[in-house]
Amino acid sequence: MTRPPMRNTARQTTLALLVVAALAALPLFLGTYEVDLVAKILVLAIFALSLELLVGQTGLVSFGHAAFFGLGAYTTALLLQDPDPRSFWLVLAAAMAMAGLYALPVAALSLRTRGVYFIMVTLAFAQLVYYVFHDTKVAKGSDGIYLTGIPQFSLAGWVPFDITKSLPFYYVALVLLCLVYAFLASLGASRFGRALAGIRANEQRMRAAGYATYPYKIAAFVIAAMLAGLAGFLKATRDGYVNPEMLAWHESGAVLLMIILGGLGRLRGAVIGAFAFVLLQEFFKNDAVFGDFAKRWQLLLGITVIACVLLLPHGLVGLSAQLRRRGNRDG
Amino acid sequence: MDATTFLVQCLNAVQYGLLLFLVASGLTLIFGAMNIINLAHGSFYMVGAYMAYALAPWVGQYLGGGFFTTLFVGLVLSIALGYVLEWGFFSLLYEREHLQQVLMTYGLILIFEEVRSILVGDDVHGVAAPDWLNGSIALGSLMTYPVYRLFISAVCLLVALGMYLVLARTRLGMAVRAGSVNREMAQSLGVNVNLLYRVVFAAGVALAVLAGMIAAPVSSVYPGMGGQVLIICFVVVVIGGIGSVRGAFVAALLVGFVDTFGKVFFQEAAGVLVYVMMAAILLWRPEGLFRQG
Repeated sequence: MTRPPMRNTARQTTLALLVVAALAALPLFLGTYEVDLVAKILVLAIFALSLELLVGQTGLVSFGHAAFFGLGAYTTALLLQDPDPRSFWLVLAAAMAMAGLYALPVAALSLRTRGVYFIMVTLAFAQLVYYVFHDTKVAKGSDGIYLTGIPQFSLAGWVPFDITKSLPFYYVALVLLCLVYAFLASLGASRFGRALAGIRANEQRMRAAGYATYPYKIAAFVIAAMLAGLAGFLKATRDGYVNPEMLAWHESGAVLLMIILGGLGRLRGAVIGAFAFVLLQEFFKNDAVFGDFAKRWQLLLGITVIACVLLLPHGLVGLSAQLRRRGNRDG
Repeated sequence: MDATTFLVQCLNAVQYGLLLFLVASGLTLIFGAMNIINLAHGSFYMVGAYMAYALAPWVGQYLGGGFFTTLFVGLVLSIALGYVLEWGFFSLLYEREHLQQVLMTYGLILIFEEVRSILVGDDVHGVAAPDWLNGSIALGSLMTYPVYRLFISAVCLLVALGMYLVLARTRLGMAVRAGSVNREMAQSLGVNVNLLYRVVFAAGVALAVLAGMIAAPVSSVYPGMGGQVLIICFVVVVIGGIGSVRGAFVAALLVGFVDTFGKVFFQEAAGVLVYVMMAAILLWRPEGLFRQG
């Protein structure tokens, strides 16, 4: 999968700004339910972007990424057990730090294996956290735990809004998504990012060129985990509730699906994938469209996923290039 | 823990491990010989368990009933299912990347779950063991052990032995081993690889379905049972070394013992232990215990 030359940068930036503007204007036209739905997607998009850094940019397929998402969420929940509000920034930092702290040993150990074995070791470390929260009384076991306090969003003592409300949360999530996207984009263009791309393309050669690839991969893993922790923090804040299923392998699988569906190797693929996956689910669950068959939404989703892979080997972002090629052939 | 309790737990561990082996052996064969990551393998186990439940009345009406008749009908159906699936679906996967295989077989799980829900519903069901296997035998003066669990172990051992003989002693087994080492070379030496894959896949499905059918009376039948067994079977496959049936056998028993005794000694940490063991083994041997090739 080679990247096209950077000739379209200006056009892409304009397009990105237009998309952000459209997302910012969206709540003007939508009801509360739809706003909450899009907010949920924005959070998942951050989660998907964090995994994209690993899978798409570095070529490390992690099947345990939900562990860091869940750790961020559980840290948030455990810090908010008093009715007194705590600082948004403090809780956010703690959630990201916990995810990063756990990621460090996991990365150091699991990066000694590769390929399918790496996939399985990351899964093993995620299951470990899952069972800790599921089977022990650290956080009320399999029942899950409610947030009794709320994180208070403040800027230099000024409290502009209540973050747990629908609209403020939507905009905070949108801003954070933009920040994460911009951060990953600049990371990708940096020397560090180019090194990761080199590791994905040919690790042997990177080593021969004098790069110690192991610390690079550890750094990518920890950054990805911290960003997943950020997404987990947002999810817990919005839902007011956390349970062990957030850490389960289904969740790791679903986020992997999103980025593959969107198209690996491009950041926007992760965002598009998150939107496509959740909206498809919602669409197939809609009984106004499918009537009684809406109960069978999994069937349609399954068929769609299979069809997408068969017809779109490069994901949704590869669609336009695919169409262009077909157009050239026909014309 | 006195000697009798220890014996009972050992028997449980062996039975669980052997059952896992039945599912995992098919997974590792498909993985090793065909280079396909099949997330839907757990669904075949689920299909088997539901067959044990749903086929019994039908078999009772038309074929005079009986546990083994049901088992036989289920096996025939599963081989047909495997054959058709390989032909219509999995043959599309050979040229694809692993990640795409993951996606497509994930889609297949959703389809299987929904079709199961349409055909049989979402309720939890119990399945009766045949009468003559329903008793228990006395162990020591206080404990008893259900005969049916011993029967499961015996069936699994027989299947394992059969697999060993087929893989090690027959032309078919030789072709399977050759195909997993080097597909092109096997093909150019006259092995019909397409047919071979179809046979391997059908056998893998049949093994998982058999495991589901004989496990049904012990574990009962419930939605989502496929997902649970899938992950633990991947653990078995990876510990044993991908593609190695012998490795899957050893790993399955290891997992059986660690899980069973973990539940006895550390109730709260039991779920974690298997994964800790897997991480430890892979850090010691990054390609599993019995990596082929």
